[in-house]
Amino acid sequence: MAAMWLARRAARRLPPLLSRQGGEPTRPWFLGSTAPPPVLGSPPLPAVERIFRRGFCSVRRFAGESSAAAAADADEEEPENGFAGGDQAIDFPGGKVSFMAEMNFLPESHGERIKCYRVLDDDGKTISGSRFQEVSKEVAVKMYSEMVTLHIMDNIFYEAQRQGRISFYLTSNGEEAINIASAAALSIDDIVLPQYREPGVLMWRGFTLQEFANQCFGNNMDYGKGRQMPIHYGSNRLNYFTVSSPIATQLPHAVGAAYSLKMDKKDACAITYFGDGGTSEGDFHAALNFAAVMEAPVIFFCRNNGWAISTPTTEQFRSDGVVIRGQAYGIRGIRVDGNDALAVYSAVHAAREMAIAEGRPILVEALTYRVGHHSTSDDSTKYRPVDEIEHWRTARDPISRYRKWVQGNDWWSDAEESELRSRVRKELLQAIQVAERMQKPPVAELFTDVYDQVPSNLREQEQLLRDTIMKHPADYPTDVPV
Amino acid sequence: MAARALREAGRRRGWAAEVGRRCFSGGSAGTAVPERKEGGGGKPVNLFTAVNQALHIALDTDPRAYVFGEDVGFGGVFRCTTGLADRFGKNRVFNTPLCEQGIAGFAIGLAAMGNRAIAEIQFADYIFPAFDQIVNEAAKFRYRSGNEFNCGGLTIRTPYGAVGHGGHYHSQSPEAFFCHVPGLKVIIPRSPREAKGLLLASIRDPNPVVFFEPKWLYRLSVEEVPEEDYMLPLSQAEVIRKGSDITLIGWGAQLAVLKEACEDAAKDGVSCELIDLKTLIPWDKETVEASVKKTGKLLVSHEAPITGGFGAEIAASIAERCFQRLEAPVARVCGLDTPFPLVYEPFYMPTKNKVLDAIKATVNY
Ligand SMILES: Cc1ncc(C[n+]2csc(CCOP(=O)(O)OP(=O)(O)O)c2C)c(N)n1
Repeated sequence: MAAMWLARRAARRLPPLLSRQGGEPTRPWFLGSTAPPPVLGSPPLPAVERIFRRGFCSVRRFAGESSAAAAADADEEEPENGFAGGDQAIDFPGGKVSFMAEMNFLPESHGERIKCYRVLDDDGKTISGSRFQEVSKEVAVKMYSEMVTLHIMDNIFYEAQRQGRISFYLTSNGEEAINIASAAALSIDDIVLPQYREPGVLMWRGFTLQEFANQCFGNNMDYGKGRQMPIHYGSNRLNYFTVSSPIATQLPHAVGAAYSLKMDKKDACAITYFGDGGTSEGDFHAALNFAAVMEAPVIFFCRNNGWAISTPTTEQFRSDGVVIRGQAYGIRGIRVDGNDALAVYSAVHAAREMAIAEGRPILVEALTYRVGHHSTSDDSTKYRPVDEIEHWRTARDPISRYRKWVQGNDWWSDAEESELRSRVRKELLQAIQVAERMQKPPVAELFTDVYDQVPSNLREQEQLLRDTIMKHPADYPTDVPV
Repeated sequence: MAARALREAGRRRGWAAEVGRRCFSGGSAGTAVPERKEGGGGKPVNLFTAVNQALHIALDTDPRAYVFGEDVGFGGVFRCTTGLADRFGKNRVFNTPLCEQGIAGFAIGLAAMGNRAIAEIQFADYIFPAFDQIVNEAAKFRYRSGNEFNCGGLTIRTPYGAVGHGGHYHSQSPEAFFCHVPGLKVIIPRSPREAKGLLLASIRDPNPVVFFEPKWLYRLSVEEVPEEDYMLPLSQAEVIRKGSDITLIGWGAQLAVLKEACEDAAKDGVSCELIDLKTLIPWDKETVEASVKKTGKLLVSHEAPITGGFGAEIAASIAERCFQRLEAPVARVCGLDTPFPLVYEPFYMPTKNKVLDAIKATVNY
């Protein structure tokens, strides 16, 4: 009871957000200090300076000299022109830009890496001074249960693939907090455009273990009608767009979907998930730019898990991760500890409020680690050290960290834990059995949905195929009804 | 003053183009390497190992050759680039960021400077973000500049085709899209020995090449592959089985299906001539024409959807050239006009029995 009270107290209440009706805009706590960001412009690299000294000897001054002196000087030299006046600024087409006398190159980085927002420490205790969105006991426990459920589902489906019962699988190991906590901070009306390592978002929305199993087995109850590989879930009912394997293609879709929500004046945003690898695709850049320009209420959620199959982030980009890139596009962003469920929950909660109330995109970069192999087609020990994986699997496990917090609040017990685990395990084994026994979708479904109606070429091909099946039934699987 | 400086600079830049032209305009730089018709000899290896051998040789014989793409550093998701980074260093064999348009564009620039840029696209299904670079840039680099520039050193390798469980995005055969683009060469090998010889020829060919590797055969297809450096000629089809009643044409993994169909047809007394087209553009019409003039019948087969597939081009060309000699309509046994479906893969595929039925229908026309 005392622990619960402490936890409540730790979760400081948020000040009211900007309301759309206007009024004096208070700056929400999650926007940080109101001070403008530090001005870029450290002295240029010595090498650059050398080149320019050699090349343009008429230039008198470089950044090494006092900029105050430079400014004064520049004032004197101010040419007569109709634009600038005395303030050393011109209205360029993109807006007013002032001049400087130093030839300052923007540095390639800020020096210090952008900090990561965190609420829970490694022991699952709230960090002193941390501010986060309060979570009710009910939501907190549901979040925990679903993180565990996701983990068990992953283990069992992975095993099912190893046994040859499904053709492929891919786990979210290590990213359970990202999956579940981000989902918990959204409303069901928000539109989700996933990559593929976010089944927990769908689980949170109510996709049942049976529905997951049906998709993985591609049976008659799979909404995708057995056409796509396992893990390509989708649900119109749950506002979760169907997974598509090509990386990053869903990002621009999310912007379009978000724009539609805004035009329809819905109290909802779009959220799209992607990995660190996905940020290298052209679609990532197209989407961020579109979102900024269209002022679309979309959350770009990057799961920066360190790896894109075998490619480490050092070979993916040289920026300070992903969040920094939002700035270049004029998009607000935050870096968050992806293994801290409360931090993820709070960041997405705030991002959602801003996206909808202000009509703007938000970029969230969650730092984490892909604990599993990329997929069942991969052996990640070929390219990364086993103890690195082990470290993240154990010491940095997001589930046990969050459990400590939940249990510290007296919201969860060891008995509930073992009851949950055995119940989920049983449900899953049952779901797999049912899914496995069920027939595949009928042959007719091979030809539907290519278009809204089956066109004549496909009707003809269907007839030919049926003739062939009659002639050579042994060529065809028996679990697909003809 | 400024104008002259600009011209001067232009002349200096021209050097790179010269290098490019010297390397890639005057026919294959590797003409000293023997062309082998029949492999024979060598150890039995699978297709990914044969590709790996070719890449080793390409890097070894040309210090200006580079191999790169997603995950190639540790050997690639299909193990085709195993050992290359260790042997040739990370400057010549490297991972790229996950960006196909970047891979293709970078490769074109590298090739335009007189290098052999051997780029990997992880799956042919993921080549589409690179489509603009390949179609509008690589293919037209030479033509649009009046041969001032070329990117002939470019070879894009990419695994294509069905594997039994690949679904929409790990199964497609997008070769026909590229066959519609003058300026590209499109090559598809059928076996390890062919893959090694054709890949080396593609890498050394002074034109941009898209080289599709049948991923179903990476491990499955094993044959004796000569260990040494050799090339097989591009734009040359091969009659791999002689026959008199009907001509069958295919490429890549589909040839294995056609071979089986030939054997079964033989049991029924039908003699099939089987041709491996190998190079889809520019293709060897003469070999196909000669065969059809002999047999009077033609069947084309590929995994890609039938509509607009490269089989349509072959059928039209042969109808033009052999109209008088054709004794039956050209038969096409191809993939269906649907996206590539996971559980329906056996239904979608141009199977042996579909081919066999079409052989019989054509022969008895
Ligand atoms: C356009 C495209 N290119 C390549 C691939 C093959 N591929 C599948 S997953 C993957 C890595 C993705 O890494 P990341 O975005 O970081 O996500 P993670 O798997 O780490 O969650 C690659 C290269 C693909 N699916 N789509």
